[in-house]
Amino acid sequence: MTLLASKPAAAPARAPERAPYWTMRRRDELAGWLMVTPQLAGIVAFVIVPLGLVVWYSLHEWNVLAGTFDFVGGANYEQLTSDPRLGPALQATGLFSVGLVVLNLSLALFLAVLLNQKLRGTVVFRTLFFSPVVVTLVAWTIVWGFLLQDNGGVNGFLQQLGIDGPNWLRGESTAMISVIVVQLFKGVGLNMVLFLAALQGVPAELYEAARIDGASAWARFRRVTVPLISPTILLTSILTVVGSLQVFAQIAVLTQGGPGTSTTVLVYYLYQQAFQFHHFGYGATISLLLFVIVLALTVLQWRMRRRWVFHES
Amino acid sequence: MSRRLKLLVYGVLLICCVPFVFPTWWMATTSLKPVNEIFAFPPRLLPQDVTFDAYRQVFALQPFGQQYLNSLYIAVLVTLGTLVVSSLAGYAFARIPFRGSGVVFVVVLAGLLVPNEVTIIPLYRMFDGLGLVNTHWPLILIPMLGAPSVLATFIMRQFFITLPRELEEAGRVDGLGRFGLFWQVSLPLAKPAIGAVSIFTFLHSWNLFLEPIVFLSSKDKFTIPQALTQYVDAYGGALWNVQLAAATLSALPVLVIFVLAQRQFVEGLAQTGLKG
Repeated sequence: MTLLASKPAAAPARAPERAPYWTMRRRDELAGWLMVTPQLAGIVAFVIVPLGLVVWYSLHEWNVLAGTFDFVGGANYEQLTSDPRLGPALQATGLFSVGLVVLNLSLALFLAVLLNQKLRGTVVFRTLFFSPVVVTLVAWTIVWGFLLQDNGGVNGFLQQLGIDGPNWLRGESTAMISVIVVQLFKGVGLNMVLFLAALQGVPAELYEAARIDGASAWARFRRVTVPLISPTILLTSILTVVGSLQVFAQIAVLTQGGPGTSTTVLVYYLYQQAFQFHHFGYGATISLLLFVIVLALTVLQWRMRRRWVFHES
Repeated sequence: MSRRLKLLVYGVLLICCVPFVFPTWWMATTSLKPVNEIFAFPPRLLPQDVTFDAYRQVFALQPFGQQYLNSLYIAVLVTLGTLVVSSLAGYAFARIPFRGSGVVFVVVLAGLLVPNEVTIIPLYRMFDGLGLVNTHWPLILIPMLGAPSVLATFIMRQFFITLPRELEEAGRVDGLGRFGLFWQVSLPLAKPAIGAVSIFTFLHSWNLFLEPIVFLSSKDKFTIPQALTQYVDAYGGALWNVQLAAATLSALPVLVIFVLAQRQFVEGLAQTGLKG
């Protein structure tokens, strides 16, 4: 009897000891997962699954118009290695990317250094240099296309200086220069602003100390400025390299990949194969190549950061 | 800095301005010139006879008003959607030590390495399968949830990481749960990051070109960038004055907003997570 009576007495005594299931930790777990779910689901649906599908498609001969979808193994990859148009496309991509990245980063840094001087009116100049970033990309491209016509504004002004300008968009090398320049002035303002923010974070005492040590302006730039803003240089170069590999609208509007194939970069070639010639399987193979290139260049830059990126710690 | 050096710097800055400013000027002024004047030699910086004929044609040749609205509402929806998705995810990655957050973060960051161009073929097939080709859904859903939103999430995360712990501990004491802390404590402080994300998300959507030409096929569904290239004569030659008038209409509102709010624009972009 006492034994039985003691049981119900013990239960309420133990109850407060048992922690509720929904501890703060568990709630946090759930909240964390709920909060990342939209983003995670989006990445799975619109990046990971499509990436898998690209691999799958690349193993097929798929002509949308004919309605054929046949497994062909590595045939698309063999076609890729023997495609006479691939070499020129890679060359055009390389030329465009190297030209754009080098010009963009150096001009951005140059302008940022100029704007970082204690001068009146730098905000006005900053606004002007940045303004093309907010102009609709295709609008910007169209004006430049108009300016670069044989009888357009650029040659009109050159002629007034006594120079007979070329037909920019119709010559192989001038067409490539044109697309690089159009993209350069469109986007350089963004990198300039990022550099400017980094430059403003460099402590003035360091320059003072370097000056006392007798360092020239160039030496101060090379030995003080560049190391201290190197994390920003890394970030802007990764973003600019990846961006340069994605150039499409400018090519489509200005040159349609021409003259010949001189400005047919990889993305434009991929677009042609998939959406103009309807070779989805082969297009997917080119997509994969583009992905590998983006991945390799990003990893390479990230790896190289140890060599030259300065860390305060 | 000596007077001469100052003059030199100003001179260099002024010369550098030309390729940044002149195209926009040329776009706006040429759109007001009569056709026989647009290729005049020597080039005229200002139109001699101002005409709005090109602007009339912009709306006569295509449903440009509709196309403008398309671009606008898509960009606004994408911006709002991206803000919701990226602030939630960025907050969770920065402040909640949930199990698996490291792995999820790496999976999400992978989106940064996969340009939309790489996945455009399967994305086209997926939306085709759902019967959503030639609708605006792909232009809204992909940027909002897919690869382009990852940079936004990253910026949000970088921002939320910098908030001091004590703020949230105070909120805890007041009895706030996770969503309360997010909504009432952290998010109101994230205005600079929200500003930066809004600006570049809007511009990204506004500029989109490959996706519209892949997904859309009827003129009343077109967005501005795609519509701009459609002002051509019977032989495919550009109707320059009409193209430039439409280009001006697409660029001017954003430019005006930018000039009015340039501090927030430039500093917001520079001072958030993008600092690296």
